[in-house]
Amino acid sequence: MLSVFLEVLRRDLLLAWRNRADVLVTLAFFTIVACLFPFGVGAEPNLLRTIAPGVLWVAALLATLLSLHRVFSQDHTDGVLEQLLLSPEPPVLWVLAKVLAHWLTTAVPLVIAAPALALLFDMTQSATVVLILSLLLGTPILSLLGGVGAALTLGLRGGGMLLALLVLPLFVPILIFGAGAVDAYLSGTGASAHLMLLGGGSLAALALAPWACAAALRIAVE
Amino acid sequence: MLEVTELACLRGDRMLFADVALTVRPGELVRIAGPNGVGKTSLLRLLCGLAMPEHGQVSWKGARIDRAREAFHRDTLYLGHAAALNDLLSPLENLRFAAACHGLSADVGQSELALERIGLGPQRDLPAKVLSQGQRRRVGLARLYLSENVPLWILDEPFTALDVTAVRDLAEWLDAHCARGGMVVMTTHQDVPFATPMRTVDLAESAC
Repeated sequence: MLSVFLEVLRRDLLLAWRNRADVLVTLAFFTIVACLFPFGVGAEPNLLRTIAPGVLWVAALLATLLSLHRVFSQDHTDGVLEQLLLSPEPPVLWVLAKVLAHWLTTAVPLVIAAPALALLFDMTQSATVVLILSLLLGTPILSLLGGVGAALTLGLRGGGMLLALLVLPLFVPILIFGAGAVDAYLSGTGASAHLMLLGGGSLAALALAPWACAAALRIAVE
Repeated sequence: MLEVTELACLRGDRMLFADVALTVRPGELVRIAGPNGVGKTSLLRLLCGLAMPEHGQVSWKGARIDRAREAFHRDTLYLGHAAALNDLLSPLENLRFAAACHGLSADVGQSELALERIGLGPQRDLPAKVLSQGQRRRVGLARLYLSENVPLWILDEPFTALDVTAVRDLAEWLDAHCARGGMVVMTTHQDVPFATPMRTVDLAESAC
């Protein structure tokens, strides 16, 4: 039973490696979006420090959105998705593997790049640590909810735009608690409440999203 | 045994066919015939559980396939129009992935042998994007050589884009499967010389 999970995970990671340009484009997009803000709002250090968590979170959110179509669309065109749905194992297993592969190849590079960008906004070291934690706990929700959105818009004309409309409103709470974690830490109230909410959200999404995703995929191939 | 009763298929708001009844017993080779657009592919997708029928039901070994999905899919192999290949993976990687997803035990040696039997031995490590149409088709068909123990084969136009020798070899392999007690349901527009007596179901008779 676990073998389907591992096979799909291994294959998707291998494909991401063979197609590394895609991963790098997402990372470059994240960097560029974050770098645009100082040009727009001016290079006042206090202002930059204040907006940094929000800016980095919005950039991470948009970069994730940009990469979501990758999760299922190629397999849908190739017919691999049909074959996966015909696998005797429960679809939830390989859906989870695909979403995990997406998280590993999209969110993890963003988390690794975030400290460098935090430096650009003159964030303190400890605030950066809180930001990284919030990203690590929050981005799984982005991948899981985004996976459901990607499955629902699979094969639709103009699916990309629809995906953004569908998924971005759902990302709002994650943005509030993610960026809020750093603000709460800086204001001295402590970030633990925000981080725990993000972690809880991740677990809830982990428990529910794969089922919704599998159901949406079944409809998409029909 | 695969049993189909009163099957009806709705595509958009058009009824493609209704009241299709079909029984496939071990050792039988069934060909679904009919002109383009009559719903042959739709019927095969209903048979393998990829789509839901508008009316009627499909049963495998006496159990409805939507109620016993996992057992049914363990016993079924479906090859559709799309070759189910990823262009960035080699035929060997594609084949091993497909086999693993269906719970077939296929180590490297068995998979290489299957590719050799389908005539892709020299291309097994090339990326799939450099393969020709016929060769892509063969990668999918190579799974048939790993699925001797899977009783029900549902094949959508398996002979398309294959050369004469490949058609003959594949026909022999399908015959061998039926001789083992397997079942084959397929569509084809070609006249293929089978040793097994072929039963033809004309879907045009059930068209709406």
